Amino acid sequence: MSEDARRGLTVDPDAPTQYPELARLSQLVRWHIVNTVTQSKAGHIGGPMSMTDLLVALYFETLRIDPSNPHSPDRDRFVLSKGHSAIGLYSVLALRGYFPVEELATFDHGNSRLQGHPDMKLTPGVDVSTGSLGQGLSAGVGIALGAKKLGAGYRTWVMLGDGELQEGMIWEAFNSASRYRLNNLVAIVDLNGLQQFGWPAVATRDRFDRSDPWSHVDLHAILTGFGWNVLSVDGHDFGDILGAYEAAVENASTSDKPTVILARTTKGHGLSFTSGTYKWHNGVATPEQLEIARRELAIEETTL
Amino acid sequence: MRAQRDVWGDTLVEIGAVDPSIVIVDGDLANSTKADKFAAAYPDRFVEVGIAEQNMVGIAFGLTTAGFRPWLSTFGVFLTHRALDPIRMLVSQTQAPVRVAGAYSGLLNGSSGKTHQDIEDLAIMRAMPNMTVLAPVDEIETAEVTRWASQHDGPVYVRLARDAVRQVLPDDYTFKLGEVITLRPGGVIALVSTGAQSSRVYEAAEILDEIGIHARVIHVPTIKPLHVPSLMEAVDGARIVITVEEHSIIGGLGGLVSETLAERFHSPRVARMGLQDAWSESGPNDFLLDKYGLSPKRVAQLVREYLNAPEATTRQIVGGNA
Repeated sequence: MSEDARRGLTVDPDAPTQYPELARLSQLVRWHIVNTVTQSKAGHIGGPMSMTDLLVALYFETLRIDPSNPHSPDRDRFVLSKGHSAIGLYSVLALRGYFPVEELATFDHGNSRLQGHPDMKLTPGVDVSTGSLGQGLSAGVGIALGAKKLGAGYRTWVMLGDGELQEGMIWEAFNSASRYRLNNLVAIVDLNGLQQFGWPAVATRDRFDRSDPWSHVDLHAILTGFGWNVLSVDGHDFGDILGAYEAAVENASTSDKPTVILARTTKGHGLSFTSGTYKWHNGVATPEQLEIARRELAIEETTL
Repeated sequence: MRAQRDVWGDTLVEIGAVDPSIVIVDGDLANSTKADKFAAAYPDRFVEVGIAEQNMVGIAFGLTTAGFRPWLSTFGVFLTHRALDPIRMLVSQTQAPVRVAGAYSGLLNGSSGKTHQDIEDLAIMRAMPNMTVLAPVDEIETAEVTRWASQHDGPVYVRLARDAVRQVLPDDYTFKLGEVITLRPGGVIALVSTGAQSSRVYEAAEILDEIGIHARVIHVPTIKPLHVPSLMEAVDGARIVITVEEHSIIGGLGGLVSETLAERFHSPRVARMGLQDAWSESGPNDFLLDKYGLSPKRVAQLVREYLNAPEATTRQIVGGNA
């Protein structure tokens, strides 16, 4: 972690979690998401914040990576298939030391390495360009298949959104991964239950009460049927998340199935005014809301 | 006379012997595209993805991150249309060395009809930044282009025809990116074509010759990036340029030549022949070529009609919607 990244990382010893440092990192990531989007006057909020804990656990505990050598051939790969959540990934990459935290302020501006959607040609630490939904898992299948063909030991992790699972290409990739027995591939589904506009609770009568896009089917059973090793976790519980990551890694040596982690999350998690609503899929905080965010995320004005 | 698909498959088997980075990602059509030759020779470097073209492109991209340089094997129509989004994002925008082989392009695909006839591929792929777009004419050039694309470090689209055409290039021909080739020099009428159609246009010029009309024939194997001075030199002295393509007249070769000449002073007038903004149909090759104005005899006839009515549009001559 760079010195820059440590600013603001003061852990409250009384915080009610077994993972105080990860919890604090998540607060910082969520602050950078809201603050950066507010300063840029455009961007996504809800999706980046629902996957924050999943990404923090992955980047700070699980991935075998070296931020000072982002193209190392041995590194584990990560694909943010739900590319519109880029600011969440950028915030984690910055805190992990891939580039200065100050650079987040250039997000979405012209001449920036931090594009609205991840660009592997520009941003250190971004392995795959994404943005048009549904493509990341196929890329992950190709990366994992390439590793198998080379006899390389790196693992490939792909973050998907539950809205994105409506794209047909994702299911082509689910099929290929198990067919090719890619036990070196892990998919994480950020099941926040909401999307930009989403699905009416009553299909024939839209009352603007949004419902989980997959409430009508059993995703766990479907993906098991597709030949995947399926784990279900609370996507905001670090113990749960890390347990699933360890199980996914363990699975690679005991089975020939790829692993998918169904992570139940809350869209916009971590802030009172963004949590649990599709209306903060994207959005720009008012000065008053930014102050609320600062308070709720325990961000000191003097440090950030 | 060997079919382009056979040449493509055989050439990749040759290249695969010396270049271990070459893989083929197939969409359940290897026995049509002739990628099955490669599959038999190098089973470890052949990836069957099944009937899932978008997934094919994503997997091919992923393989490039491990140092592989894949060719895609399926009908062009499924790549340039159904899989266009992943080609756009994961191949073109990332400049990944994925070689998109558009097999069975154009009208002649074994009577499959309009669903399988790719008559917009050149227009679509040409519009895409970073994409090199190639359309070889005969067996000699198909082998050359396959070799060239296999070592090119970026995205390439290669338009391939299903069936054989008469060889028009010498055995010792070397492909040079961007350069146009004058198959028949001289004359104030320049017939410009691309892909397998260039061979039929060459034959059309022979027919025209018999009735005293001397036309030069220019073959454009590189739709992008075109070396503009090469085209300008080839059309120098021509009074009229007629593009003929087994493709829509919108945006492909006709578009390329029109756009290029329109930006120059004192350029010759351009007429475009090809699919006149209309879908085609199922039918034997000869029927389709005749009906849509692409057989040597019909090209010769249409050129003659056009010269007799130079104020007419090609639509008035050929018919169609354009």
